[in-house]
Amino acid sequence: MKKKNIEFVVGLFLIASILSFAWLSIKLGDIELFSKSTYSVSARFTSISGLKEGAVVELAGVRIGKVTHIALDREEYEAIIHMEIDSDIALQEDTMAAIRTAGVIGDKFVNITPGGADELITNNGEIEETESAISLEELVSKYIFESE
Amino acid sequence: MRNFVEKTGRETIYYVEHAGMMTIFLCSCLIRIFTRPFQLRAIIKQLHFIGAKSVFIIIVAGSFTGMVLGLQGYYVLQRFGSLDMIGSAVALSLIRELGPVLAALMVVGRAGSAICAEIGIMRTTEQIDALECMGIHPYKYLMVPKFIAAIISLPLLTCLFDVMGILGGYFAAVVLFGVNEGSYFQGMYSSVVWADIEMGLIKSFVFGLIIVWVATAKGFFLHLDRSGAFGAEGVSRITTKAVVLSSVAILGSDYLISAILL
Amino acid sequence: MEEHNQKTVIKVKELVTHYGSRKILDGVNLDVKKNEIMVIMGGSGSGKSTLLRHVLGLNSATSGSIEILGTEITTANQKKLYQLRRNMGVAFQGGALFGSMTVGENVELPLREHTNLDEKTMRIMVRMKLEVMNLAGVEALMPSELSGGMVKRAALARAVIMDPTLLFFDEPSAGLDPVVSAELDELIILLRNAMNMTIVVVTHELESAFKIADRITILDEGKIIITDTVENIRNSNLTQVQDMLNRRPRQKELDTEAYLDRLTGDRLQ
Repeated sequence: MKKKNIEFVVGLFLIASILSFAWLSIKLGDIELFSKSTYSVSARFTSISGLKEGAVVELAGVRIGKVTHIALDREEYEAIIHMEIDSDIALQEDTMAAIRTAGVIGDKFVNITPGGADELITNNGEIEETESAISLEELVSKYIFESE
Repeated sequence: MRNFVEKTGRETIYYVEHAGMMTIFLCSCLIRIFTRPFQLRAIIKQLHFIGAKSVFIIIVAGSFTGMVLGLQGYYVLQRFGSLDMIGSAVALSLIRELGPVLAALMVVGRAGSAICAEIGIMRTTEQIDALECMGIHPYKYLMVPKFIAAIISLPLLTCLFDVMGILGGYFAAVVLFGVNEGSYFQGMYSSVVWADIEMGLIKSFVFGLIIVWVATAKGFFLHLDRSGAFGAEGVSRITTKAVVLSSVAILGSDYLISAILL
Repeated sequence: MEEHNQKTVIKVKELVTHYGSRKILDGVNLDVKKNEIMVIMGGSGSGKSTLLRHVLGLNSATSGSIEILGTEITTANQKKLYQLRRNMGVAFQGGALFGSMTVGENVELPLREHTNLDEKTMRIMVRMKLEVMNLAGVEALMPSELSGGMVKRAALARAVIMDPTLLFFDEPSAGLDPVVSAELDELIILLRNAMNMTIVVVTHELESAFKIADRITILDEGKIIITDTVENIRNSNLTQVQDMLNRRPRQKELDTEAYLDRLTGDRLQ
């Protein structure tokens, strides 16, 4: 009876804490057990300042994917980002990608504005129209110097 | 002058010898984890003692830590108008730092001291000698189940601490101060990444090892301690030493691990 | 005496040991023959417990050799030592029973660790040994619930559970009343006669030593004064032996100069 009791309590402890672990890693750590099917899209920016791998891709404010890889094009001196987009989201050829900031000091994310073309972007396709990150400092200095 | 030099030499030799002894002890125990037989029953008993019995204190400590983070976070972030960061502030500080460290300190106080006293008493009452004379290796029989149980328990207790802390923060920020529930959890989901959780786990794993190592080694080498005390007074002195040493070692290694992983 | 042509099972040769810089044992020689009860006597601090710990392989010596059942233990590796210890049973002074286990589990432990016997056989063997020790029915009790004499007998039961060829008993009568300690003496003799063990007992209790011993060895300040049969010890005219037998405080020749030095604390040049 005494031994059974110990085993029960230990079992309870293990289950409770493993559940906590599962919640932490799946919900917060973005570990995907049943990974959704996605397709890959790339985009070029003149500057992505502050965007990180793993950043969110949003369309109309809803999360539709994430940034998987960031690289530099050594000939054009441009940033290339690769994104994984949920496969049930279709993007038109003239879709526009922009880098935005959540709030004034929040995280950078990629904002997608849908286009109107008939053709869709396929797997490993590229979003042609992009708008680079707006840097607060640049805006401020532009304002100051232009007003002079 | 000569005395001073002599004393310095003696101290150094003592500490180097002591450190060497503790390291050899650690290595022998770790090697014996992988030798047969695997004492499942003893491991369960230790899991009960180190893990399950710490759950209550971890829940209480975790909730209060989370609540105080929610409270402080609310007042600080409110000044900058960034209340939507409160979720990520609570979660990140818990998962990366406070969870592993506080959970480990709780376990030091509850289980580390008890383990050290237990082994120390076994040493003074010749129970360890008796084990050796029965042909049973004390490292394998006594230490290994404690090592395994501590290494398993600490990361799990830390996860429990984190979750309780996040719920505590939720209670303080959302229920008491009326921060938007969505912004609390959504901020958390988007800012915490796997690397944060991994860091917390690595820390708690190392802390578990430190706790059980210091506690068992201090108790086991009670008779070799410089204070030369034996019996009840020796046990109490060595237990205090073990608690202080493992707490300091936890905080020190916390900095080291953070510096390496960041 | 018939012991003379018997096999030597423990052979200690020129054993010298230190604790820190203090010399504890100073060239100890001791032979224990098969099937005898050897009692090691001496006052507090005479080194008798240290000698026992060395024979058990718990401490390492400065120099000298200890041979047990034909194995040299001062140089033996751990594996060999642990193998050898399965032939040795030890009952420690305080019993050294594990407080977290019942008496039954304590006695059973060596069987559980070293053999593959099934639960029922182990239970029967434990009950048998406890019965011999006059401890029937205490299996389910915790060591803390036993009296001092019962703890010692339980420790003895644990020491003999593997039927060792060698049995060591540290201070069987320490902290016990005369009646209980007489019972233990009977038990020791019984174990030798019934189970053919060689028994080494460390004690400072004269009466019990004379009752159980075949031979007695007397230690004083780390040196062996005499090792002989009970008869010969009684009739010995060595002063230290007579002091001990008659419970006289140790007479020391007073070295006046050294005495003064000790008192004043610094040497007068």
